[in-house]
This record gives sequence, C-alpha cells and structure tokens, in this order.
Amino acid sequence: MRYIFFLILTFLVQPVLAEEWEDQQFFGSATSQKTLRILSNTDTRFFAPIIESFLKSQPSVSVKYLVTGSAELYDIFRTSPEDFDVVISSAMDLQFKLVNDGYALALGDLEHPDWAQWRESLFAFSTEPATIVINREAFEGVPTPSSRQDLIKALRQRPETFQGRVGTYDVRHSGLGYFFATQDARASETYWRLTEVFGSLGVRLYCCSGDMIDDLVSGKIAVAYNVLGSYALGREDAQSQIKVILPSNFPTKMMRSAFVSTNTRLPDVAGTFIKHLTGIQADISKAATFPLPPLDRTVEPAISLDPALMTYLDRLKRRTFIQEWESAIIQ
Amino acid sequence: MIEGVKISGSLRNRLTVSLIGGAAVLALLMYFIVRAYATQIAQQGQDNILGASVNSILDAANVSEGFIDVDFPYASFSMLGTDTDDRVFYAIYQDDELLSGYDGLAQIFPEVDKGSAYGNTTFKGAPVRLASASRMLVGADLRVQLTVTVAQTQDSLLGALNRIGRNVAIFGAGFFLLVVILAFWATSTAIGPLAQLTTSVARRGPQDLSPVASPVPREMAPLVFSLNKLMARLEYSLSRSEDFIAEAAHRVRTPLATVRSHAEATLLRVDKEENRQAMRSMIRAIDESSRAAGQLLDHAMITFRADNLDQKNIDLVELVQDLAMRLSPIAEMRDIELQLDALGPVSVIGDAILLQNAIRNLVDNALKYAPSESIVRLVVATTPKPSISVVDEGAGFPVGEINLLPDRFARGSNSGGIIGSGLGLTIAQEVAEAHGGGLTLNNHSRGGACVTFSF
Repeated sequence: MRYIFFLILTFLVQPVLAEEWEDQQFFGSATSQKTLRILSNTDTRFFAPIIESFLKSQPSVSVKYLVTGSAELYDIFRTSPEDFDVVISSAMDLQFKLVNDGYALALGDLEHPDWAQWRESLFAFSTEPATIVINREAFEGVPTPSSRQDLIKALRQRPETFQGRVGTYDVRHSGLGYFFATQDARASETYWRLTEVFGSLGVRLYCCSGDMIDDLVSGKIAVAYNVLGSYALGREDAQSQIKVILPSNFPTKMMRSAFVSTNTRLPDVAGTFIKHLTGIQADISKAATFPLPPLDRTVEPAISLDPALMTYLDRLKRRTFIQEWESAIIQ
Repeated sequence: MIEGVKISGSLRNRLTVSLIGGAAVLALLMYFIVRAYATQIAQQGQDNILGASVNSILDAANVSEGFIDVDFPYASFSMLGTDTDDRVFYAIYQDDELLSGYDGLAQIFPEVDKGSAYGNTTFKGAPVRLASASRMLVGADLRVQLTVTVAQTQDSLLGALNRIGRNVAIFGAGFFLLVVILAFWATSTAIGPLAQLTTSVARRGPQDLSPVASPVPREMAPLVFSLNKLMARLEYSLSRSEDFIAEAAHRVRTPLATVRSHAEATLLRVDKEENRQAMRSMIRAIDESSRAAGQLLDHAMITFRADNLDQKNIDLVELVQDLAMRLSPIAEMRDIELQLDALGPVSVIGDAILLQNAIRNLVDNALKYAPSESIVRLVVATTPKPSISVVDEGAGFPVGEINLLPDRFARGSNSGGIIGSGLGLTIAQEVAEAHGGGLTLNNHSRGGACVTFSF
C-alpha cells in the first residue's frame, strides 16, 4: 500500500517537475557569445573537469550543463530538440533510439572504435558496470556476496535484517534502471528470482543511483542492486560504510554515450566537444584526473550499439516487462 | 607507290574500330548487367533478413486475456545490424490500428499467412526497404489480423553495390583494354596476307605476268583470281602487240627493200638524165620511208618497253663500244672517225635494248650532220650522273629551235637534204625519261652539236 501511494505520488509530481532540473550549472564567462547547451543524466561532478578542460581550449565558449533523469531526458529532448546541442546519457537504448529516429548529427571526422559508435553519430565514451553495493555494517561477520545467487541466498537467510532495507531502481521511471533490468532479464532467469526476493522484502524503489547510495551510507538500506559502480566508488568519503561488488557472473556493463543534436546552433563547437570528450575518455593515463571511468577498449561489450537495443523500448514489450516486474516486486 | 589511287577509308581502321567499338559496347553491357544482377542479389539478401525479422516478431504474437502480446526476441532487431549501421523502423498493426512501433511507416497489408511483401518507401527523410507480413490471431472472443512491418535504410546495400560496381568497372576496363590489344593484333594478322600479296606483286619484274602462286586466305581468293585473270589477259595482249610490231616491221620493210632494189636496177637501165634524176629521187624517198618505218617501229617498241623496263646491270662503255663498232662502216663511208672517251667501266641499271636504240639514234644523227673528215666523240662520264655525250663538229643545232627538236616529227631548219624522220631525238628522250634521266641539247662553243644522255 505504501508503495502504491509512492507510485501515485511519483506520477503526480512527474509532469510538474519535468522542467525542474536535478542540477543546472553554467561554466565559463557569462558574456561569451556561444553557449553550448548540454543535456545530460550524468552528475555534474563527473563532467565538471571535462567541461573545464574543454573551455580552456575554447575560451570564447561557455557551457550550460543541465542534468535530469535518463527517462525525462529522453522525453524533454524529443519535445524540444532545438533547445540542446549535445545529449549525454547512460541509457544506451534511449540514446540509440534518438539517433535511429534521426535526432543526431553525423560527425564524419572522429576516430572511434566501430563497436563504440553508431552511424558516426552516437559515441560511447565510458564503460560502467551495474554493481551490487552493500552497507558493510549489515554484512559484519558474514561473507559478502560475490554473485547474484550469493545475494539471493544472503537475503533469504536473514530476511529480518533486510526487510525494507533493500533498494533498486524503479524501472518504470528510470531509463537506466529499465535498461539494466531488461539486460539482466535477457541474460539470466536469476534476475526474476532476485526480483521476487526483493519484492518479498519490501524493496525500496529509487529514481537514481545517487539517492540509493545516500541511503546506503546512512544505513537506511543495506543492499542496493544495479547501482552504477562509478557513482558508488565516486563517494570517496563513504567507502568505509559501503562496499561495491561486481557480480562475478554476467556483469551488466553500460556504455555512456553522447551525440550532437541535428538542431544544434553550434555544430562545430558541439563536434569539438564530443571529440574532446571521447579523446579524454580514450586515454587511460587521464583516468586519475577525470573521475568518469574510461571506455574499456580491451573487450567488445556484451551489450553493443545495435538495433536490438530498441527491442525493450517497444510499447508491447515494455508493457509485458513492467507487468511481470510489478507482479514480482509489488507483493 | 600509290599515287593516283583513290583512297576511301582504311580496312585496318575499320576493323580495329569495329572490334574496339564492339568491345566497348560489350564492356558497358557487362557492367550494367552485372550491376543489375548484383542489385537483385543484394536486395534479395536484405529482403531475406527483413522477412526473417518480420516473421520472428509475428511468431512471438499471442492472445492472452483478451490482450495482444507480442513478446518478440532480442534477435528480431539484432539480426538487422549492418556494417554501416543502417537505421531500423518497425510497426505492429492490429487490423488497421497501430499497436506499437513507428507511426506513419508506410504499410503494406499482405494477404494473411501468404508470406512477406516487400517494398520501398521513404521514412524520416531516408529511403528504406520494408517487409511486411500478416497473421490472423484467434483468441477466446477475439479475432484480429496482426501485421508487422520492418523497414531498414539501404546504406549497407548501396555501399555493397558501389563496391561491386567499382570492381565490375575495373574488370570491364581491364577486359576492354585486353580487347583493344587483341584488336590491334587481330587486325594486323588479318591485314598481313594483303600486305604480302602487295609486296609480291610489286616486286615482280616487268616480264613476269605469271599467276600468283603462293596460297592466300579464302576471302582474298576472288581478288587473286581476278588479278591472275587480268595478268593472263595482259600477257596475251602484250604478246600480240609484240607480234604485231614484229609483223608490221617485216611487212613494211620487206616490200620497201624490194621496191628499192627494183628502183636501183631500173636506174642502171635508164639513160635519160631526167629519168635517172627521177629514179634517184624515188630511191631517196624509199630510203626515207624505210628509215621512217624503222624509226616508227622503234618508237612503238620503246613506248611499249618504257612501261615495262627490263632492268639489268649494264656497262655503258661496253654498250657504246659495241655500238661504235657496228656503226664504224657507215662512219668510214663518210670519212668520219668515231672516238670513244671513257676512263673505265660505267655501270648503270637499265634496259639494254632501249639504251642501244637511243644511243644509236644519237650517233646516227651525228654521223648525218657531221662534215666529212671530222671526229664524232662519244664521251661516257660518271659524274655528276652517269651520262653519254655525243659531240660532233657540224653546224650545231639551230639556236631558236633547240628546245623543240625532241618533239615528235620535228626537224631542224638546217636539215634540208638530209634523210630523217624527226623521231631520233624523240626516241632518245623517251628512253632517257624512262630511265629517270633526261636529254640535253646544246651547241659546242667551238661549233658542233652536243647531245648529252644522262641517267
């Protein structure tokens, strides 16, 4: 009942907040002629160093960095594509669909691995796994799970500890959450068993990785599933409270990607920005300076940039998946 | 070699151009046919994948609790991945109503369960190929026609076609080049026998009118046959004309000789001075006629032979010496000394009979016009060109007429009383011209005529 109320509340609040940014930052001189408008679902702290280094080489340019959730990002951009120059998102499927639907400008002169780009328009620039993050306190004295099966076992052994203290994405509202969930479900049936266990424990549903990590650190929840490892590891102050676990079997890895809008007013600046971004992310030696994980060029990803990404965006597929997910998680 | 022959085009060029032109047409034809065929095959490939995608979606459809559920597999779209990242669009229709996918994607509604239909259209600004298939779904209280359309842009197809097109173009160009080389080779092979025949005919001597004996290609047989026939006719006509000349000489000279001997006999028997005078005039006239007949026949013979020189290596000195010896009786009769000036043998290529005839005419003239007890010099020189000069000590040529004298039947104004036909110099000049040389007349500064026959 609690969760239904939560859901209704979320639905009501959603349209009102549509244009309310999670974060909004302006970089560079306010008097500059050209302002590059970046629409992103990535926390500003990950992008600030990249934007600042970009502005050093482009002194006449300023950057407006707008942050929103991946699903909202998709809707906002489709509604007014002319309002943005560069779109950055971790939801590969939604990014792919925007490019497939013709919203992206092709950048012919960009050197990038073939598997990390699509139509010379969509460029993947980071490899980030979905992880299990646990509160160390909750697992004191017991072995930490290293796989999804371990996690299921651990949750079932101590339901009293985890009741109401498990968190994951609300796949209905988070584009990235939905993407992780569908890819998990595609890879293994374990996902559904895990979801049922989550449901039985009264799982808390979140819109974003950030909020989940906050609650983990405070001890409000003990386990968070499918959290972006990069975000969890980015909280350097909280590493004593939390532990990031990369599931040993079939890790789900997402590639953050960017494209230039066809309606951009600054195609050259936007193109240069994408080049700058992919250049930094390709250079392992810069990993220390820039907090965003680099693009893993050693292996081709299990989830590649191809038309199959649109499969779970299909209305019927989504309806079926959400129904199944709801019936598993809301008990 | 070929002056006076009218030229109309060239067999070699005609053959080469038609071979190369044919090859160009064939190469172009090959290019278009292969390209069209490749397009068909490539399109077939894309259609197969689109059809498979459509069917995998259609197969996943089922009716559950009154709802249409189409839980199509991940592979439905992943199979559509291409090197050039072609865009993919799809639409799922329940009867005429869009259930899922892209709105506005042109629909083909193929017959239910009759396989896929294919077509081309434009969607979101890009030309796309689309496949559609339909299936009837029957539930408890539901009966709907489900239609699935999958469309894909054609970048990969066009890329493949361009690659194929480029390769075919390269092959076509190579093929064409090869044919050009072959065309030149084939043309010269085909023209070869013609050139050989030309050479063999051109190299023949003037007397050689025998048929062409060496084998020729079948196509040239009619030409060679006609040529052989022409030569046979020519030979026949030539031999007749030679016979005629001999016959004529015989027929004119013999009666004249008879008449002369009769006239001489009569002269001995006639006593009256006026009758004797008349008889002498008659004998003179007969001599003149006889000589004119001889000269005419010589001239006819020369006209014939000049066209077909019987060229041989001849020593001019020997020729002149021989001639001088033969004419020495006549010279002695007139107390004229024939003097030969030559340093050594002078070799030329020419027709001995004609040369003899020409030189004899010149020496004859000199003997006729030279005064008694004088010298007629026969000078054989080698420089600047081989030449024979006949120099006498007579009155020389009449100055105003010197250029007209070689004309036919022209006689000098100072020739009165001397027997002559007016053909001697004509004959000499024609022989000289037939040998590529000329006849020069001039008067010696110390008096006397000088005729130079040069090669």
